[in-house]
Amino acid sequence: MTETNRPYILYGIAALLLLANWYFLGLNSALFTLNFCLISAVMALGVNIQWGYAGLFNVGIMGFTAIGGLCAVLVAYPPIQETWEAGGSGVIISALLLLVAVAVCVVIYRRMPKGSARMWALTAAVIVSFFIIRHFYAPAVAAIESTNAASTGFLGGLGLPIILSWMVGGVVAAGIAWIVGKIALGLRSDYLAIATLGISEIIVAIVKNEEWLNRGVKNVIGLPRPVPFEVNLQKEQWFIDLASRLDVNLVEFSSIFVKLCYTCLFAFVLLLILYLSEKALNSPWGRMMRAIRDNEVSANAMGKNVTRRHLQVFILGSAVVGIAGAMLTTLDGQFTPTSYQPLRFTFLIWVMVIVGGSGNNWGAVLGGIVIGFFWLQAEPIGIWLMDSLTASMADDNPLRLHLIESAAHMRLIVMGLILLLVLRFSPRGLIPERTGRRH
Amino acid sequence: MESLINAVVLLLNFLVVPALSYGSQLALGALGVTLIYSVLRFSNFAHGETMAFGTMFVILATWLLQSWGVSFGPLPTALLALPVGCIATILFVLATDRLVYKHYREHKATNVIFMIASVGVMFVMNGIIRFVIGPEDQQFFDGERFIFNARQFKEWTGLTEALAIRTTQVITVVTAIIVVAILFWFLNRTRTGKSMRAYSDNEDLALLSGIDPAHVVRIAWIITAILATIAGTLYGLDKSFKPFTYLQLLLPIFAAAIVGGVGNPVGAIAGGFVIAFSEIALTFAYRKFFAYTLPDFLVPDGLAQLLSTDYKFAVSFVILVVVLLVKPTGLFSGKTL
Repeated sequence: MTETNRPYILYGIAALLLLANWYFLGLNSALFTLNFCLISAVMALGVNIQWGYAGLFNVGIMGFTAIGGLCAVLVAYPPIQETWEAGGSGVIISALLLLVAVAVCVVIYRRMPKGSARMWALTAAVIVSFFIIRHFYAPAVAAIESTNAASTGFLGGLGLPIILSWMVGGVVAAGIAWIVGKIALGLRSDYLAIATLGISEIIVAIVKNEEWLNRGVKNVIGLPRPVPFEVNLQKEQWFIDLASRLDVNLVEFSSIFVKLCYTCLFAFVLLLILYLSEKALNSPWGRMMRAIRDNEVSANAMGKNVTRRHLQVFILGSAVVGIAGAMLTTLDGQFTPTSYQPLRFTFLIWVMVIVGGSGNNWGAVLGGIVIGFFWLQAEPIGIWLMDSLTASMADDNPLRLHLIESAAHMRLIVMGLILLLVLRFSPRGLIPERTGRRH
Repeated sequence: MESLINAVVLLLNFLVVPALSYGSQLALGALGVTLIYSVLRFSNFAHGETMAFGTMFVILATWLLQSWGVSFGPLPTALLALPVGCIATILFVLATDRLVYKHYREHKATNVIFMIASVGVMFVMNGIIRFVIGPEDQQFFDGERFIFNARQFKEWTGLTEALAIRTTQVITVVTAIIVVAILFWFLNRTRTGKSMRAYSDNEDLALLSGIDPAHVVRIAWIITAILATIAGTLYGLDKSFKPFTYLQLLLPIFAAAIVGGVGNPVGAIAGGFVIAFSEIALTFAYRKFFAYTLPDFLVPDGLAQLLSTDYKFAVSFVILVVVLLVKPTGLFSGKTL
């Protein structure tokens, strides 16, 4: 395997994995896996922008994913009339007051001389505005949440096409990244990691608890879809004709067709972001980023504003993760805050990037696909493995039962080991970064 | 007058006592993070899992002891099982250091690489914990539940409000004081402790004066493992053992270490209590307190709770952000061991 044909071989292997999935478990399952892998690949691209281009350690990927998902709800879900009447005005007033409060704080911070007087003024402003906002916010929230609590009890969204939320998700994630970056960048690198860890925990706490916004842990189900519903397809004459011409089961074909539509959408987004990332990486901007990453001191001496560039790249990467988060919620058709687990949404993405090849977009995409594949398939493989390993034991042997029951947790160990092994023995990943002169 | 005493008792019972025990747990956790930071110079993301790992072995040993009929009288059996947990955790972290971190130390990798490696270690430990003991809640507390309970307190004092002290709270605070005292004695009085401080202060100078870095690193891991096991066990006794909560403890622990000044043991302890007190004070419902202290017409209608308890993580984050903005080195300027 030479340096040049290595990516092709590895992508070929990834394709073979998916084909094997098709062969053993059917096309439906293979497409499900593929869709998941495509979204994972977009996330890995986003993290690669931060880590691979600039060496920023973001431990809050889960939060940006959740933001994307929340945007999908807020953009696409139809607005709910009763709850808007019950408490919409109160929420809007609170939001406006929040903006005013932030503006006041900014003015105090800018206008007053540095010192303890400024600190006290800021603290007082924050405390006063907290109580004022609460005065409007709390009753409005109570009114919204008690309106038809069993089925809605939240404000709903804007009722716009859900595809739009992919962009909105990216923009909102970028905005949050701007705030986090402003605070934590320019300090020691540990601080960015811990600040992102914190913000992601908070975002997930918000989507779990603010029921007026997204029903909290009661979940929002039945989100609009960018593709037709299976049941509607089965009634369409052209679709029935197509199924009979291809000689396939109508119900199964409709499910496959819908998944294929998603695949096309996701593949389009992935290719678009991949194209843009490659363009950026091979531009003067990309070379500057790598120069900063490899030697901050000398890049600084060359007149590059390291903190600003870090902020820029942090925002870009987070936006891509936000887009992927909105895509994931679109695919699921529901928003379930409890599904946001750091191991699954933050650290798994890190494994993808490190394994794929930090600094190489093609590597990140490959990592997303391969690790995403194994993440989904590890459970059946693990159960099968445990089952065959303990086949000689009696069926009710407690050890055997425990091993089979816990096989699902094996994938955490496997992912951790993969990360450690790659980091140790092949730190540049499956498809290493291309540097220097091209051959 | 009596209503004022009632108000004080109320605060003691629901705010001060829980915050003291939670603060001690955070302080012990933050000490471990700070120790690793000052010797190995990276934020150990696996620390929450190390705590859970140690606690898991303590629980297993407790169950074993209980099955033998051993008990510790009014105290929880888990205290007898602590050494088992400590030894298991020490062996594990020394093995991870040998297999994972040593390589990067020798190659002088940047601290981001160490952090990513610690994420890998976290994954593996998390998997092992779930594999062995499962992701569910485990209760392993036994012995006397209360030093004195609410009813007894009311009988003694005749107040309407009651103060109940749980055994675990006292054990937590006492253990934390003992552990911290031993740690400071070790760092300030013993030869090894002094060499650790020297190494953390100036690595090159320490190497020149003949300090063995491998030894320093080994001792740092051993102390961290002990601290983590004790902190995790105390937390588990006080609340309950659930692997996922230990992962979430990572944020308050990091916040405590940074607020106090990373690398500064005194700061880690202070930070732990700052975080614990603010978390509980901001999520405490003050309605009853106001009812005792204010005239009737001023008492608020609602719970008078500033933040719902679901947002207690936000408190540690906000404190962290404020410290990062105002004094990035922490309250007690960091990086002195």
